[in-house]
Amino acid sequence: MDSLVTLTVDGEQRSLTLDTRTTLLDALRDRLRVTSPKKGCDHGQCGACTVLVDGRRVTSCLTFAVAHEGSEVTTAAGLGSDGALHPVAQAFLEHDGFQCGYCTPGQICSAVGMLDEVDRGWPSHVTEDLTAAVELDDDEIRERMSGNLCRCGAYVNIVAAVRAAAR
Amino acid sequence: MRPFAYERAADASGAVSAVVQRPDAAFLGGGTNLVDHMKLGVAAPDLLVDITHLPFDSVEHLTGVGVRIGAGVRNADLAADPLIRERYPVLSQALLSGASGQLRNLATTGGNLLQRTRCVYFQDVSTPCNKREPGSGCSALEGYTRYHAILGASEHCVAVHPSDMAVAMAALDATVRVYDPTRPGGERAIPIADLHRLPGDEPQRDTVLERGDLITAVDLPALPMAARSAYRKVRDRASYAFALVSVAAAVEVDGDGAIGDVRIAFGGLAHKPWRATKAEEALRGGPANQEAFRAAAQAELADARPLRDNAFKVPMAANTMVAVLRDLTEARR
Repeated sequence: MDSLVTLTVDGEQRSLTLDTRTTLLDALRDRLRVTSPKKGCDHGQCGACTVLVDGRRVTSCLTFAVAHEGSEVTTAAGLGSDGALHPVAQAFLEHDGFQCGYCTPGQICSAVGMLDEVDRGWPSHVTEDLTAAVELDDDEIRERMSGNLCRCGAYVNIVAAVRAAAR
Repeated sequence: MRPFAYERAADASGAVSAVVQRPDAAFLGGGTNLVDHMKLGVAAPDLLVDITHLPFDSVEHLTGVGVRIGAGVRNADLAADPLIRERYPVLSQALLSGASGQLRNLATTGGNLLQRTRCVYFQDVSTPCNKREPGSGCSALEGYTRYHAILGASEHCVAVHPSDMAVAMAALDATVRVYDPTRPGGERAIPIADLHRLPGDEPQRDTVLERGDLITAVDLPALPMAARSAYRKVRDRASYAFALVSVAAAVEVDGDGAIGDVRIAFGGLAHKPWRATKAEEALRGGPANQEAFRAAAQAELADARPLRDNAFKVPMAANTMVAVLRDLTEARR
């Protein structure tokens, strides 16, 4: 069954008629040709499809596009401004935070959303004192990025990139 | 995937009547479990009624009364709520140990409670499963059972409820509020211990809710002892994995060193969050030491019936419970 959906994708308003069964990921990639979010597992387990919806990181494969009428969607491709890379993307480059690059757009969106969560003082599973200010050490970064898998195993450099971007 | 119509509900009454009128309709919250099951062919609704725009999206702290958590509050927001972190740390810790950051941003309080009790065979439509297809048989009984139940299971189903949040809520004696215009106040209240079911001979039913029942909120009682509470989860990897065993607990130690009150619930052991009433009974009024903790754990687990691959869960559950109680009581001194 078809439904009309309007989304703002990377700053641009896009309207389309789509089958209600279309996930946000498939709407972005197959219908709008916004291909920076990637399809890995398609079940929310790998994080390659991570985008920011109204500023929050989500797995775009586990949510239907039709449920996001009026939402603002930011993909890794839309993070930079004025031709400059977003500081998190720049940090991934400088710290060699990838090999094949397939998981990278999801890693970057996830890191951007995660750093915003840290700025808001959200604790994580490894935060010792739930009521104290968060200190973003490597254990915190690993825990908070655990929804993003990297089959190349570039984790050491991903942690370094996120650590650098957080400064 | 079966085609489905989509409606965004404007109010609870409209949402409920839309779902009641259509036998294959379903409420859509964060969708992290439902959308996955639709992709897998495990769920096949023909109408999704999106309830995420209903006004059930706040955490209200009422001094002396407790907390009302809207059913639409996202898991990430609930875990980060400053007063939940301070007064009910067990709940924040449980939420933070579940899923990933991305999923916690989508998943809702009501949806977390109503995620399916499940196992790998339930999610694999090529295998028999009494929960998915009543009467077809249980593949787990002859198969892989590392993650399965050791308490309260039946010959029809040995799946476990995967929620961490619900285990903490069980320990906290939460109450689940369900929209019901026939009742005074427009809602009925279900103690969380009564929400989820054991499988018995109807494993297809995870909860006591009927078609069209809409959870609006979860209430936590004012419980000063919960300020010293904790959740510990044991799993196969350090993050983003289901529990093999988990323990939610709160303990109150009297001035003379005896246990005044204690709340304990287990995750990963049963078809529902397992409130450890036998262990609590054994502990109340007694000493707060390791021998007492271990004896209480053994009392709770005396009825455990492990399967081929999960006998380890019995000592693991006991050890985890002892460790959590030890940490909570030592920290107090």
